[in-house]
Amino acid sequence: MRNFLSQKVIDIKPSGIRKFFDIVSEMKDAISLGVGEPDFDTPWHIRDEGIYAFERGKTFYTSNAGLKELRSEISNYLKREQELQYNPDDEILVTVGGSEAIDIGLRAVINPGDEVIIPQPSYVSYEPCAVLADAKPVIINLKSENEFRLTPEELLNAITNKTKVLILPYPNNPTGAIMEKEDLEKIAKIVVEKDILVMSDEIYSALTYKGKHISIASLPGMKERTILINGFSKAYAMTGWRLGYACAPKDIIKQMTKIHQFAIMCAPTTSQYAAVEALKNGDDDVKMMCQAYNQRRRYLLNEFRQMGLDCFEPYGAFYVFPCIKEFGMTSEEFATRFLKEEKVAVVPGTAFGSCGEGFIRISYAYSLDNLKLAIGRLKNFVNRLRKNV
Amino acid sequence: MKEELLSIIEKNSRIDFSELAVLLGVTEEAVLEEISRLEKEGIICGYHTLINWEKTSIEKVTALIEVKVTPQRGRGFDNMAERIYNYPEVKAVYLISGGYDLLVILEEKTLKEIANFVSDKLSTLDSVLSTATHFILKKYKDHGTILNREVKDEREVITP
Repeated sequence: MRNFLSQKVIDIKPSGIRKFFDIVSEMKDAISLGVGEPDFDTPWHIRDEGIYAFERGKTFYTSNAGLKELRSEISNYLKREQELQYNPDDEILVTVGGSEAIDIGLRAVINPGDEVIIPQPSYVSYEPCAVLADAKPVIINLKSENEFRLTPEELLNAITNKTKVLILPYPNNPTGAIMEKEDLEKIAKIVVEKDILVMSDEIYSALTYKGKHISIASLPGMKERTILINGFSKAYAMTGWRLGYACAPKDIIKQMTKIHQFAIMCAPTTSQYAAVEALKNGDDDVKMMCQAYNQRRRYLLNEFRQMGLDCFEPYGAFYVFPCIKEFGMTSEEFATRFLKEEKVAVVPGTAFGSCGEGFIRISYAYSLDNLKLAIGRLKNFVNRLRKNV
Repeated sequence: MKEELLSIIEKNSRIDFSELAVLLGVTEEAVLEEISRLEKEGIICGYHTLINWEKTSIEKVTALIEVKVTPQRGRGFDNMAERIYNYPEVKAVYLISGGYDLLVILEEKTLKEIANFVSDKLSTLDSVLSTATHFILKKYKDHGTILNREVKDEREVITP
């Protein structure tokens, strides 16, 4: 029989966290700090609206771009939160999670051989999506001494005459890094000069702990060259509802909608009705969850300080990214031993790019009691390692 | 800090000052100062424990009593409320808008004791026009806490 598989797909490396997943799943009493989704339940009023949508028989397709009412609420939300103006009629597309928006956004703009700049450590799907879209990924290795922010120098060094897209993943998973206005202004200047498109993945925009998140699309001259990606998973604890959105100039949205229309048809209808409720009446929930994350973040950083574990202060998302270089192990060795010896699962930094070597991602989407238990075990582990050295 | 501090200790009054300081990102002294101020101002009124008495062998009966009263000139309902809330078996008294005036929450050991309280003490007060007593059969949620719920993490153990 012939080999039916696509070489392009075969060449894509499987996700680095799969191996850990298998080990943890077999351990009965392991604690995980490896989850990339909120621990909160979706607020009840939002779930209730989903149930109500079922009761009313809202079980059909919506328009390809998504419910008109939802697009209007997204537009209102971006205006009130980030002073962005997007026309709900032709500049907003509702997608199946932010992930779909990343995929079809790249496919809509890439010609074979175009280069896509991907700062790492970052979310696992940018690089494979770029490859599947026939782009050439160009990786920028972000540095901990810059608090994993993208610097103008790093960007300039990565730009060639084939560069088409810069992916800007802030607030960042896995580092928790953010980009503040001054940082973004420097990037925007280069991007305009070099005539590059920005794909700004702002899925964690609601979870920042040092002032409000600022979107690069809000800077002068940037709206027309930005695909803004956001969604409901992280802000409203709605991961399983699979709902996100993309905002972009209408010629880009038009092409993205074409792919979306043929590949997906429309985002889940129930989820869209629930999301309308989230945007209308969910601000207080977001505030409450954000406050809880911030308390946990402070708790973890304080514990790291007391342990003498090197970690820059992250101001976004729900991750901390401590450095484990002092133990003379790779991230993967550290994570494997920590799991086997103390039964705590963390994700090695290398799962998010090779420059994540020497770091581990710890998620604080867990209750304080859970975190305390895990930190107790981390203390034991670190003490033991330091004694042996 | 005030609102955040209050919302933390409303859920966990046993938390110590040093942990509060870490969670709020302030010094321990600042927490101490703020709490003693809130206590002095009567914003923090006590540090209670939420107990699910149903799980113990101790008998307790709780009733909600709707009370209609005639308000008194110049003193409104306050005087009546005071005469009722001074009984230690009365757990709460609220002034209510709508069909009746005062809602009284009463806790006793037996049904009979509640009946006696209503007939002997409450109904005999001059300004009380009528009462309606409702017994609590089961508590599902109290003080924002769902009782008898097992919390299970449904998430996949590791996700990107």
